[in-house]
Amino acid sequence: MDLKEKLISSFMAFEEQLDLSSPIHEMRTSSLKQFEKLGFPTKKHEAWKYTSLAKLLKNDYSIFPKKETVIELKDVKKYFLYDIDTYKIVFIDGIYSPFLSDTTHDGIDVCLMSSALSKDKYKATIDKHFNTIANQNDSLTALNTSFTKEGAYIHIFKSVVAEKPIQIIHFSTSDQGPMLLQPRNLIVVEENAQVQIFERHQSLNQHQVLTNSVTEIFASENALVDYYKVQNDLDDASIIDNTYVAQKAKSHVSVHTFSFGGQLIRNNLNFFQKGEYIDSTMKGITIIGEKQHVDHYTLVEHAQPNCESHQDYKGIYADKSVGVFNGKIYVNQIAQKTNAFQKNNNILLDDTATINTKPQLEIFADDVKCSHGCTIGQLDKDAMFYLRSRGIPKKEAKGLLTYAFANNVLESVKIPAIKSRINKLIANKLGVSIGHDL
Amino acid sequence: MAYTEEELKKELETKEYEYGFYTDIDSDTFPIGLNEDIVRAISKRKEEPQWMTDWRLDAYRSWILMKEPEWHNVKYKKPDFQGISYYSAPNKKDKYESLDEVDPELLDTFKKLGISIDEQKVLAGVAVDIVVDSVSVATTFRDTLAKKGIIFCSISEAIKEYPDLVKKYIGSVVPVKDNFYAALNSAVFSDGSFCYIPKGVRCPMELSTYFRINQAGTGQFERTLVIADQSSYVSYLEGCTAPSRDENQLHAAVVELVAMDEAEIKYSTVQNWYPGDKEGKGGVFNFVTKRGICHNSAKISWTQVETGSAVTWKYPSCILKGDNSIGEFYSIAVTNNYQQADTGTKMIHLGKNTRSTIISKGISAGHSQNSYRGLVQVHPKAANARNFSQCDSLLMGDLCGAHTFPYIEARNNSAQIEHEATTSKIGEDQIFYCNQRGIDTEKAIALIVNGFSKEVLNKLPMEFAVEAQKLLEISLEGSVG
Repeated sequence: MDLKEKLISSFMAFEEQLDLSSPIHEMRTSSLKQFEKLGFPTKKHEAWKYTSLAKLLKNDYSIFPKKETVIELKDVKKYFLYDIDTYKIVFIDGIYSPFLSDTTHDGIDVCLMSSALSKDKYKATIDKHFNTIANQNDSLTALNTSFTKEGAYIHIFKSVVAEKPIQIIHFSTSDQGPMLLQPRNLIVVEENAQVQIFERHQSLNQHQVLTNSVTEIFASENALVDYYKVQNDLDDASIIDNTYVAQKAKSHVSVHTFSFGGQLIRNNLNFFQKGEYIDSTMKGITIIGEKQHVDHYTLVEHAQPNCESHQDYKGIYADKSVGVFNGKIYVNQIAQKTNAFQKNNNILLDDTATINTKPQLEIFADDVKCSHGCTIGQLDKDAMFYLRSRGIPKKEAKGLLTYAFANNVLESVKIPAIKSRINKLIANKLGVSIGHDL
Repeated sequence: MAYTEEELKKELETKEYEYGFYTDIDSDTFPIGLNEDIVRAISKRKEEPQWMTDWRLDAYRSWILMKEPEWHNVKYKKPDFQGISYYSAPNKKDKYESLDEVDPELLDTFKKLGISIDEQKVLAGVAVDIVVDSVSVATTFRDTLAKKGIIFCSISEAIKEYPDLVKKYIGSVVPVKDNFYAALNSAVFSDGSFCYIPKGVRCPMELSTYFRINQAGTGQFERTLVIADQSSYVSYLEGCTAPSRDENQLHAAVVELVAMDEAEIKYSTVQNWYPGDKEGKGGVFNFVTKRGICHNSAKISWTQVETGSAVTWKYPSCILKGDNSIGEFYSIAVTNNYQQADTGTKMIHLGKNTRSTIISKGISAGHSQNSYRGLVQVHPKAANARNFSQCDSLLMGDLCGAHTFPYIEARNNSAQIEHEATTSKIGEDQIFYCNQRGIDTEKAIALIVNGFSKEVLNKLPMEFAVEAQKLLEISLEGSVG
């Protein structure tokens, strides 16, 4: 029985666990039908031309989380942003861990999707937002929707500034064979509100885990959202991250994705601009090696005039790693005065590494400034020579240059704790010690 | 009153196709439809040897199993492949020795196109192999070329006279099963040009062919094969204009270039098939497969000015097989009214130290859609491959669209690839700058559009630049000075 059949046949059992009269029951059922119709994407789909799921889908994933696992804070502390005060929503094998978490209802709602879906208090927000911008024609999103159960629910009310960043951490521990996790997050940020979110997926021991995550983010007028994703997982953990962002007038949303490890990472990042004077930022650093595979698939839809979008993705690929970047800027006919910029720079460190990049522009308005730039190259030989002639060993020189290459993405990171954390991760990844935080 | 962009837009919209006329020559047209018998009949009519007939049949058999591609960013009503006549030749099939023998009406047609053969013979020194509805009717300057050992003739002649060369190279760059239209072309191609430059010879003049679609309801299936032997050089020009026709006409050509070691081929195209009228009715479907292969230290340079056709689907490509080989692609694509163009190039880097340059300029006006689609592929063994791509789009009016789909695949760490694309309109500040200096708006727009396309226009051979300018004017008159 292949995974698709298994999922479809498990659906009934899954639904029975939950409340069948739940208002999203119908949504789940129709999404499952949609998934049944579409199936898993293959390399024949243009959007998946360079990324094959075939190998991953061969695993016999367990679909339902097993019993709760308890883990000690001291064992996993290093995966948190521990040096600053934060709200935390922590899941272990897809199950909420109240012990490790720190949620709140004080001025803002930082809680669980499962309670948001079942309690009347949240009904209005759920009805208005849930599954409204997620792409119904995307089979993986549909699959997630049909198995929606748990995840983070964040609601920042009008004119509230969340005083602490929020961490969403997913741990997986299973040693009982491959596991499929499908977290579902909803983030609603009302007018003039601000929030910073940090998301991380981490498996704690070697086992096949596939995460198919869907996050919907709504930013109302003047809202400010900063979202940071850290993907530095073990070698047999894979993630397909589907993030959908809807922005209203004058809102600023930025999503930073740091991909340093994992077997296969696919980031589907979609921005829909639904007002004027919006600013969308998408940045990413990818540093991978071995046989890792990272695929960034971005879409920005400029539907209204006077908006901006900035994309900047840096990639450093070693060994037999494969990098994919597929960025699309879509400018609607009425979206005049759009400024859309897209940049993708890549360095191949080894002969065996591969990069496939496809920056696309689709423009229907004439008074716009849109550009994309894309480069593939190596470290500058002159710069290497300069450093080495000053007594810096080859490895360090290489590290320094790659670090410098990726650094300007870090400049827009607003939380110092994240910045220094990423700095360390990069230095670690490049095998050099960079003595100071630049 | 100052000439504004609005007026230019209006003028572009109302501009009728100037070259829409129809020459009344008796044609010898096959019954419509396509089957093995038709393929055999074409081959027989052209007195081809058995291997050629078999080759065509092989292509036909693969074609019927293939599906029309749908991945491109153009929308059109699919042609009815059984509703086309696959062969149409002007009635007189004798070869003309001098121009006097050519049908005067035909000569008149060329005059309207601004291609006076005799004038070109004398003034431009261009050898023209004119193709009207698929059969080559006049070949000039052959003697001069023959002295140098250069073969320049129609492909059907070449099949008869130089079967070894044709057999060796035809289908070697664009295989029969390459794609739907290439397979169709291979099965039914009626004529085209063949060119062979021997070792070490520098072709003393620009070789040129004019393609035209003449007969209603006939498809044009050209086959061009250019072989440049070691250390030779040739510059090949191809120009297209087609008369006004209401129903969509199909044009599915195949061009194959072979550049042996250290050879250089420069292939320039000006394409101005009938683009359809203001409402987007009619016009030519231009589905062309063009590809060249470069051996060691060879160079292939594609230059194209695309102003016509209702639908263009064309990707002149270079396979950089040999070490140190160079591929270049320079393109201007102008779309207006309801025209759609999906064009670009493929640069396949296989050899070491291979270099490629891509400069693509798209200008869209009216309701047109203009896409650049390109692939730069660096294979693992292509050490030190270098690519630079630049795709700029200029939008005139808010109803048109510009799209860019670049695919970049690098599998070698010494590759250096740069790609940049911009989309913009003519800036008000640019026009203001010109106005300030006493240049009126019309001239300013001309200046800007000219400047925008200059990088590509400059690449056209001198003899062709005049023609290109003329054809550009049809699409963007009032803006090109």
